[in-house]
Amino acid sequence: MYLAIITTLLILTGLTVAAAFVNLGRFNIFVALLIATVKATLVVLIFMHAKYAPERTKLVIIAGIFWLALLLFMTLSDYASRVDYRGLNYPMTQIISHTIDRRG
Amino acid sequence: MRAEATGPALQLPEKHYLNATYGIRSWLLTTDHKRIALLYLASVTFFFFIGGFFAMMIRLHLLTPNGYLLTPDQYNRMFTMHGVTMVFFFLIPSIPAILGNFLIPIMIGAKDLAFPKINLLSWYIYILGGAFTLWSMINGGLDTGWTFYTPLSTIYSNSAVAPAVVGVFITGFSSILTGLNFLVTVHTMRAPGMTWFRLPLFVWAHYATSIVMILGTPVIAITLGLAAMERVFGLGFFNPAMGGDPILFQHLFWFYSHPAVYIMILPAMGVISELIPTFARKRLFGYHFVAAASLAIAVIGFVVWTHHMFLTGQSTYAAVAFSFLTFIVAIPSAIKTFNWTATLFGGSISFDTPMLYAFGFLGLFMIGGLTGLFLGALGVDINIHDTYFVVAHFHYIMVGGAVMGYLGGLHFWWPKITGRMYPEWLARIAAFILFIGFNFTFFPQFIVGIMGMPRRYHTYPPEFQIYNVMSTAGASILAVGYLLPMVYLTWAAFYGKVAGENPWPATGLEWKTQSPPLTENFEVTPVVTWEAYDFHNRPDLGLDVPSGKGSPAVAPAHGDD
Amino acid sequence: MHRTGSLYGQFKTLEQQKDTATLGMWIFLVTEVMFFGGIMLAYTINRHTYFHAFAMGSNTLSLGLGGFNTVVLLASSFTMAMAVWSSQTSKKNLITLFLSLTILLGFVFFGVKYVEYAQKFHHHLVPGKHFDIFYCVNNPAKCEDIDAADMAKEKEELEAAAKADPDLNAHAQLYYSAYFGMTGLHALHMVIGAGLLFWLLKESVAGKFNAEWNNPVDIVGLYWHFVDIVWIYLFPLLYLIDRHK
Repeated sequence: MYLAIITTLLILTGLTVAAAFVNLGRFNIFVALLIATVKATLVVLIFMHAKYAPERTKLVIIAGIFWLALLLFMTLSDYASRVDYRGLNYPMTQIISHTIDRRG
Repeated sequence: MRAEATGPALQLPEKHYLNATYGIRSWLLTTDHKRIALLYLASVTFFFFIGGFFAMMIRLHLLTPNGYLLTPDQYNRMFTMHGVTMVFFFLIPSIPAILGNFLIPIMIGAKDLAFPKINLLSWYIYILGGAFTLWSMINGGLDTGWTFYTPLSTIYSNSAVAPAVVGVFITGFSSILTGLNFLVTVHTMRAPGMTWFRLPLFVWAHYATSIVMILGTPVIAITLGLAAMERVFGLGFFNPAMGGDPILFQHLFWFYSHPAVYIMILPAMGVISELIPTFARKRLFGYHFVAAASLAIAVIGFVVWTHHMFLTGQSTYAAVAFSFLTFIVAIPSAIKTFNWTATLFGGSISFDTPMLYAFGFLGLFMIGGLTGLFLGALGVDINIHDTYFVVAHFHYIMVGGAVMGYLGGLHFWWPKITGRMYPEWLARIAAFILFIGFNFTFFPQFIVGIMGMPRRYHTYPPEFQIYNVMSTAGASILAVGYLLPMVYLTWAAFYGKVAGENPWPATGLEWKTQSPPLTENFEVTPVVTWEAYDFHNRPDLGLDVPSGKGSPAVAPAHGDD
Repeated sequence: MHRTGSLYGQFKTLEQQKDTATLGMWIFLVTEVMFFGGIMLAYTINRHTYFHAFAMGSNTLSLGLGGFNTVVLLASSFTMAMAVWSSQTSKKNLITLFLSLTILLGFVFFGVKYVEYAQKFHHHLVPGKHFDIFYCVNNPAKCEDIDAADMAKEKEELEAAAKADPDLNAHAQLYYSAYFGMTGLHALHMVIGAGLLFWLLKESVAGKFNAEWNNPVDIVGLYWHFVDIVWIYLFPLLYLIDRHK
């Protein structure tokens, strides 16, 4: 079982390196993170026995991931919604500036 | 108890945790959670004095509008060190590390916490962090504000930033380990029959606090770590010249520091949840709601931090979202306040000192909490941000709320911790002095804040002087209110009247053990078959409480008549 | 509290002790997630803002060494899992073998990291006074370890990046701040892990672990796997930003 997992992990590593050489534009990072997450999930579920752990452990793991997501997404939402901050132009700011501009 | 009060004088039990072993090594290398709590009591009180000294300097300086006492630079250092010491070395550890450490194992029927050695390590880490911060003070202190905003703290400040940042960084791990210990203990060490919904609300409050400690403190650790790296090695995440962003620091800082204020208040709320049922001789109203509200405060408290950054150029949309969430987080606190008040209704209320502190908490926390809503309202905040309104708001909660809870809890459990009772009338007088002093200190600050006096300024317009003088006068009264308990509680620990097992009387497992408790807390592990705060089921307490909800209890019993 | 055999005094059964310690380690790992999360946030924001500088910085990293290190760490996770399995099946010699392999792989990782860091020092790519992203391109003689073809490619990339970002040198420092910060923190955690593994090795040689009591191996394993997971994310984030040019 562990052998199957380590083999899969190594294959996925190769895949992520290969994917880096393909020009997917903005999606390169998503593909890379997706593959990394699959690898991490395998490690957590099988190597760390989370699959066979009590419900409580699963709750702890999910809470940790959720809180990390809170930190990242809520902070990024502040950045993403700032209009013309440090010369940045996030997609959301276009929407916001159009709305503000229209109101005159 | 009534019967014992007329019998022969009580004796301290022969063996207890204080006389189990002797010598300095038995204290400095102890793994007994009760002794560790006392180690924390000593060190936390020490830092309270230091923070209080800085407060005194601030208030003395602000007696006159043009500030004759301190130079502007010195003034900056005073309010900074006051904040750093009080927040990180007094408020955050106080109730959890002292009362939590002492009581949680006993309240759940365990012999000790889950990880006793880690508990001791936690204290040593606190001491180490404190030493670094003291080193910073000896080298002139730091002048950045307790919020360490960049790039002042990382690049431009000429003060001893690095040791203070390292000190707070280290102390964070003390907090993390304590929280970890509490979480695991409550999950795995409960006595048979002690189900989740039979736990005292003090335990629920600390469980919620521990969640906040675990999830929030690592973020400030990495933030201060990065800030220290920037100051010492010139990294650059927060340095605009290198493309870094001071706003990033603020986000990372407040992601922890807002939940941190819930670390400071939730344990105090837990204390109040113990005091009110005891001194109203009535079950707490809405136990499940109060427990759920504690968890709700812990969770929702993590998504409101940007309300400290309303004036940093946020877009209206983000600001509205965070303002809305800030209003939402007030709701669980309100639920608790209503439940405490409902507990009083129809109860048999006695005005022992802990109850006086509980009443103080109710009123002052309400004012502090409601003024938080003023600050969460976007339009209003533009005018009162960074004024004394903010200062008054958080002091009402932290001093009027958390410190009242701390002192109330100390008084309530002092007979359990030391086996002896404090002097009741002196304690009541001290509580009144503290309440009066507190309001004289901080209420004028609301007024002067609305009128526009900025915070962290060493001078102010002369028309504000009357309020500042009132505030300083109040502070001197407040100081008396703090010093009195320190003196008489210490006296009482050695010479107070022996209290017996359950002097109040109160429900709860800790009141079924001897005072002071054995090292292993219980001779036999208890098996719990009763609900929390079951005054109506306890004829052994000597209270004449007719069963049935709503009917008033008769014959309130006192602790020290 | 006194200890009888493996059972500590505050616990009633070994089962309770195991349950407690395991929960404690999982909660500790959650704190580590938040700890690394802070620096991940700093990385995310700066990568978006200064993509060109980050891409440039990433391409100066050796993909071969990074990939090799990834394989090494994944293998060490495998050997660690095998060590846990060996302790659960009371195979004392196998526990020792797999723990030793895990430590060995850990040290291989350190060795490669040392080589990488030394290279960065040599090429003036450490944030601080001497940082200069253009150093190797301007002084090819000083950077003998980059061959001519790679040097030409780097020069081309640098020119394109400098055109897109006039302040490239300052912003590239942010990339290397993230690089050293994140990999340094990771390496520190690995050192602690290696220390724990050495302790485990000592205990396993003394025959302390068997099917009845193997919890320390289990929880150090949890820690080690977590450190591996951090690297699983660090590798694409630091090494694979913009390789497709």
